Amino acid sequence: MKNNWPLWEVFVRSKNGLEHRHFGSLHAADAEMALENARDVYTRRSEGVSIWVVESKNITASNPDNNGELFEPAQDKIYRHPTFYDLPDEVKHM
Amino acid sequence: MKNENLVQYIYGIADNALILGQRLSELCGHGPSLETDIAGTNMALDLLGQTRSYYQYVASLVGEGKTEDDIAFLRTERQYKNVLLVEQPNRHFGYVIARQFLFDVFHLLLLQELQRSEDETLAAIAKKGIKEVSYHRRFSSDWIKRLGDGTEESHQKVQEAINDLWRFTDELFHMTENDMIVADEGVGIDVKQLREDYYRIVKEVLEEATLTVPEIKYFQKGGKQGIHGEHMGYLLSDLQYMQRTYPNMKW
Repeated sequence: MKNNWPLWEVFVRSKNGLEHRHFGSLHAADAEMALENARDVYTRRSEGVSIWVVESKNITASNPDNNGELFEPAQDKIYRHPTFYDLPDEVKHM
Repeated sequence: MKNENLVQYIYGIADNALILGQRLSELCGHGPSLETDIAGTNMALDLLGQTRSYYQYVASLVGEGKTEDDIAFLRTERQYKNVLLVEQPNRHFGYVIARQFLFDVFHLLLLQELQRSEDETLAAIAKKGIKEVSYHRRFSSDWIKRLGDGTEESHQKVQEAINDLWRFTDELFHMTENDMIVADEGVGIDVKQLREDYYRIVKEVLEEATLTVPEIKYFQKGGKQGIHGEHMGYLLSDLQYMQRTYPNMKW
C-alpha cells in the first residue's frame, strides 16, 4: 500500500516565533493523513507546535547542474555583505 | 466502600489499557507502513503510560511493598479484569483498527466522566489521558472511514472485523457488583449511562465509512469478572515471561 501513496514533505515549527523548518518526508494518501503521520513520526518527543505538509511533487527545486550560473556569481561580491560599516560602540545587539 | 473495592475497580479500567497496549506492542515493527507502525506504537506507549499511573496508585493503596510491576506481571489470568474486546488478537490491519475504534469511542467517554470522580487521583489520571485518547479516537475513526470507503477488499475486511468484534461491545456497559458499590460513592462511573452516546458515535462513523451497523443480538461478556477467552493465556505468557522466568529482574 505504501507504494501507492505519494510522498510529502514535512515542515515543523518548534516554538512560537520561530519559522517552520524542513524535518523530513513521509508517505500518506492525502493531506489529512500526512498531518497525522507527521505528528506521529516527527513530533512524538514534543518537537513542535505547528506542522505544515506539502506534497513533494509541488516543490520546484533548482537543478544542481545549474549551480554554476545560479550561485557562483555571488561568491566574489563581498560588498553585498554589510561588513563595511564602522559601528559606534554605543550600538549594541548587532 | 473498602480499599479492595477501589482496587478492583481500578483493575477494571487499567487492565483494558494494559492489555490493549500489549496487543499494539506486538505489532511494533510489523505495521503496514513505517508511518502507521509508529502511530500504533505511540498509542501502545500512551496506554502503557496510563496503566502505570493506575497501577502506581493501586500499589500505594495495597501497601505491603507491592510495586506497579508486581501488579502488571504477577497476577494470574482470573485476576485481570479487562473486557474481552481488548484481548482479541491482531488478525490484520483492518481488524486492529476496528478493535481500536470500538474501544477508543468507549475509552474517551469513560475518561470524560472519570475526570469528575470524587477520587482526586483517578480524576487526575483520567484528565491527563483525555488528550491522548482523543487522538486515538481520531486516528482510528479516520482509518475506519478510509478502509470502509476505500477499495472493495478493504471495505470487506473492515466490515467483517466490525461484525466479528460487535459481540464484545455490550460488555463495555456491564456493571459488576463491585462497579456499583464504587459508583455509589461517586468514585466510579455508571457505564450504563454511556451506552447511548457510544452507539450513536459508532454508528455515525460507520455510516460515513459506508459500513453496515451489525444487527447482532448475541453478546459475550466475562472479562470484567476475570473469565477470559482462549487468547488471553497466550498474551499473558508473552507479557509475563520475563518476570516469571527471572523473578525480580530489573532493567
